[in-house]
Amino acid sequence: MATPTKTAITVTVNGRPRHLELEARTTLAEVLRDGLGLTGTKIACDRGACAACTVWLNGRPVCSCMMLAIDADGQAVTTIEGLAQGEALHPVQEAFIEHDALQCGFCTPGMVMSSAALLERDPHPDAGAVRDALAGHYCRCGTYPHVVAAVLAAAERKS
Amino acid sequence: MTETRTETFPSGIVGVGLGSVTREIPVSEPPPWPPNADLTWIGRPVPRLNGRSKVTGATRYTVDVRLPGMLYARLLRSPLPCAELRRLDTTEAAARPEVRAILPLAKPGDRLRYAGQPVAAVAALSLSDAAEALAAMDVEFRPLPFVVDMDEARAPGAPAVHDAASAPAGHPSGFPAAPGLPLEGNVRGPAVVRRGDPAAGLAGADVVVEGEYRTQVHTHACLEPHAIVADWRADGLTVYISTQFTAGVRQELATAFGLPLSRVRVVVDGMGGGFGAKSQLGLYGRAAVQLSRAVGAPVYLAFDRTEEQVDAGNRPGTVQRLRLGAMRDGTLSALAIESFGTAGVTVGAGIGFFAERLYSCANFETRQHDVFVNAGPGCAMRGPGNTPGAFAVEQAVDALAERLGIDPLVLRDRIDPSPVRREERRIGAERIGWSGRHRPGAETGPVKRGIGMAQSLWMSNVQTNVACEVRILRDGSVEALSSVQDIGTGVGTVMAQVVAEVLGLRPQDITIRIGDTEFPPGGPSYGSRTTASITPPLRTAATRVLAQLAREAGRMLNAAPDEIEASAGRLQVRTDPTRFLAFRDAAALLRTDRVSAVESRLDDYGGFRRRMPDAAMALEDLGGVQFAAVAVDTETGVIRVERVVAVHDCGRPMNQLLLESQVQGGVLMGISYALLERRIMDRRTGLMVNADLEHYKLAGIHDTPEIETVILENLQGNSATDAYGIAEPANIATAPAIANAVYNAIGVRLTSLPMTPDTVLAALARTGRS
Repeated sequence: MATPTKTAITVTVNGRPRHLELEARTTLAEVLRDGLGLTGTKIACDRGACAACTVWLNGRPVCSCMMLAIDADGQAVTTIEGLAQGEALHPVQEAFIEHDALQCGFCTPGMVMSSAALLERDPHPDAGAVRDALAGHYCRCGTYPHVVAAVLAAAERKS
Repeated sequence: MTETRTETFPSGIVGVGLGSVTREIPVSEPPPWPPNADLTWIGRPVPRLNGRSKVTGATRYTVDVRLPGMLYARLLRSPLPCAELRRLDTTEAAARPEVRAILPLAKPGDRLRYAGQPVAAVAALSLSDAAEALAAMDVEFRPLPFVVDMDEARAPGAPAVHDAASAPAGHPSGFPAAPGLPLEGNVRGPAVVRRGDPAAGLAGADVVVEGEYRTQVHTHACLEPHAIVADWRADGLTVYISTQFTAGVRQELATAFGLPLSRVRVVVDGMGGGFGAKSQLGLYGRAAVQLSRAVGAPVYLAFDRTEEQVDAGNRPGTVQRLRLGAMRDGTLSALAIESFGTAGVTVGAGIGFFAERLYSCANFETRQHDVFVNAGPGCAMRGPGNTPGAFAVEQAVDALAERLGIDPLVLRDRIDPSPVRREERRIGAERIGWSGRHRPGAETGPVKRGIGMAQSLWMSNVQTNVACEVRILRDGSVEALSSVQDIGTGVGTVMAQVVAEVLGLRPQDITIRIGDTEFPPGGPSYGSRTTASITPPLRTAATRVLAQLAREAGRMLNAAPDEIEASAGRLQVRTDPTRFLAFRDAAALLRTDRVSAVESRLDDYGGFRRRMPDAAMALEDLGGVQFAAVAVDTETGVIRVERVVAVHDCGRPMNQLLLESQVQGGVLMGISYALLERRIMDRRTGLMVNADLEHYKLAGIHDTPEIETVILENLQGNSATDAYGIAEPANIATAPAIANAVYNAIGVRLTSLPMTPDTVLAALARTGRS
């Protein structure tokens, strides 16, 4: 069998342009994890049902398992590794720790990315808006009550 | 003979009735702790110490392990529910340049008993190379008759899933094990537990309540799949695996591969959920190790979501026929249950000991059967046995209360001997507003609200084969080490609290090193036993290592070592705290780079109910009572859980915040079990039709009610920490509490799980209430 053709793309990942050669079938989640070693992005269902793989594409949350990497060519991707400013955690990250909004932690990076994106577009969400923003995320440990509390606390801290 | 001393421990529920108990304890044990209010860190809501690495994506889960030269493996699985393997020709696949090794897991002539059963494994340069190699295998199956439905499997003439030789023996629920049970067709059992004369008890009853209850097959659905990276080298084997029991997997590997334990290392850092499904090495784990040995390179093998749903374990489904007899005052005269459950091709589908131990009833019998079907093997899942068992018993007790015209809480006060649960019922009733509860189905209007409750029962498990080490280094830093793993409970943070409490430091000052068999053996994280098992020896080890430091400090402060106490970052003279050394300065006096103490788990001070080779059950069971408030839309059939009040006990609570998380998790898994989740097998194809997360519905954030958690401080004077578990009790009561609330709302009892809208509408239609 012939080796599949590779395509060259450039994606800005966490503020850094990355030149990648990959097979067209490669998903964004796969290239983040295996091409760039950014394993903070998790694959749990691999078909957009659980949102564990959520990253930002030009600032908007997307399921990176549902997107081909070549479709991110020329665009900006932010992953969980790029959310903190150096040592300073994002307010959502701090609040997740304080409110214990995580247990096994496998869904946490995706939850954090969607929560932080919510606060970018709506700095003062109520609990209903938080639930709407996280409605696609599954957490098998059942962290949802603490997640809502954490995001509301983060909104307060940010303002 | 161990030298002992006498100590008096606080005993009872703090704030309710605190007494004391006197124990003879080994002289090496630390003195009794007072109630939590008088401790610095124990019981406090300390945020988990590994939180930062989890919220930044830095935590390394098994699926994140990447080793140089690592190969990727995948499994070929049977596509049929029952088949004979006719041909497995891997010549072409093996010739592919990207393929490094192929391992047959079945041979021609073998019978494959469920769709998804592994047939072969391949290791290749990438996951896609491995998948393509599987497609290149020349494999032929001869389809055989199959049965995937439990009722059909029980019928005469049903295809036999097993023959006498292949049928697993054993027990319906594991406690107690019942070997040598009869096998007839696809039915193994009954395993019988009996006391008194149930027939006479029923005959003499004033009231008899009967019912049949059904529970579905429920998958663990851990978000991190089963995963392993096996690295076989000439000098030993290292395995990274998503596991609930590093030390157990190490023992399995040593046995399976004939290696000395000293040459086997098992590591887990981040662990993305287990719930009972990740307690053992498994066939996939052995396959990865065999592949690594064959090629001399590390091998990665992880399930995809479909594999996770069909072949990673599940909570068996049950049908339970229950008869409950009582006298007019509520006294139980008989409780008899016959159950059938299915764990697919294996056993373990019983209903636990919930009915046997919760209520006082002299005439009792359970007859539990396992039914084989052609589906993936079940395994323990959060409160195995007792969770489906509670769904039936707690609804039947409510039905009995109604027949007797007694409030369900009053009835339970009469038949439940536990003083702890009595207090839990009192608190929960107050918080949920039980006094405002209306008669069943009394509300008018299409959306009807109701309140219900149910109880929990689980063993206070302890792993006795547990050890840990505490080190003080000369720079004043402190480490606690054990192979115990954090499966999401935050046990490492609890360990830091214990060491900090003893050494007068802060939890964040303690470096926790766990999840690696290079450290002293920790126990398994199943059966709600981790905290109970690891914290007592940890406190003792910290006490001993502090004594070594106190010797150095005492010399400097002109005091005897036993006059030195640790407090707020200092070692000071107890009678004159103005004479002190900073902890760091005291550590600098050490004559070696570190001092260390290793301790192992002693028996409970008051003894155990039951002792097993490496484990035991404490004298007092774990309780818990949950109340649910629901709204049922009688036009759509949708049930919404609006509020849950969960009142639990776990001995001495160690960390309020982490306990709350555990309880919320148990409640949410219970809501998901009650309303949403169900493995659906197609009877005609024998396949699971919802082997994914789109059609297999888990509770999401919109299904989450307000959850109020109350944790009692129930001291017993049983160990150096007196702490027990909570993960499973928090799950057991939820589904029956919701079912009882639904009955209160609509006046119709739902006896099958999950309680989906169609079942609600059908039940309403049957009784003409819609």
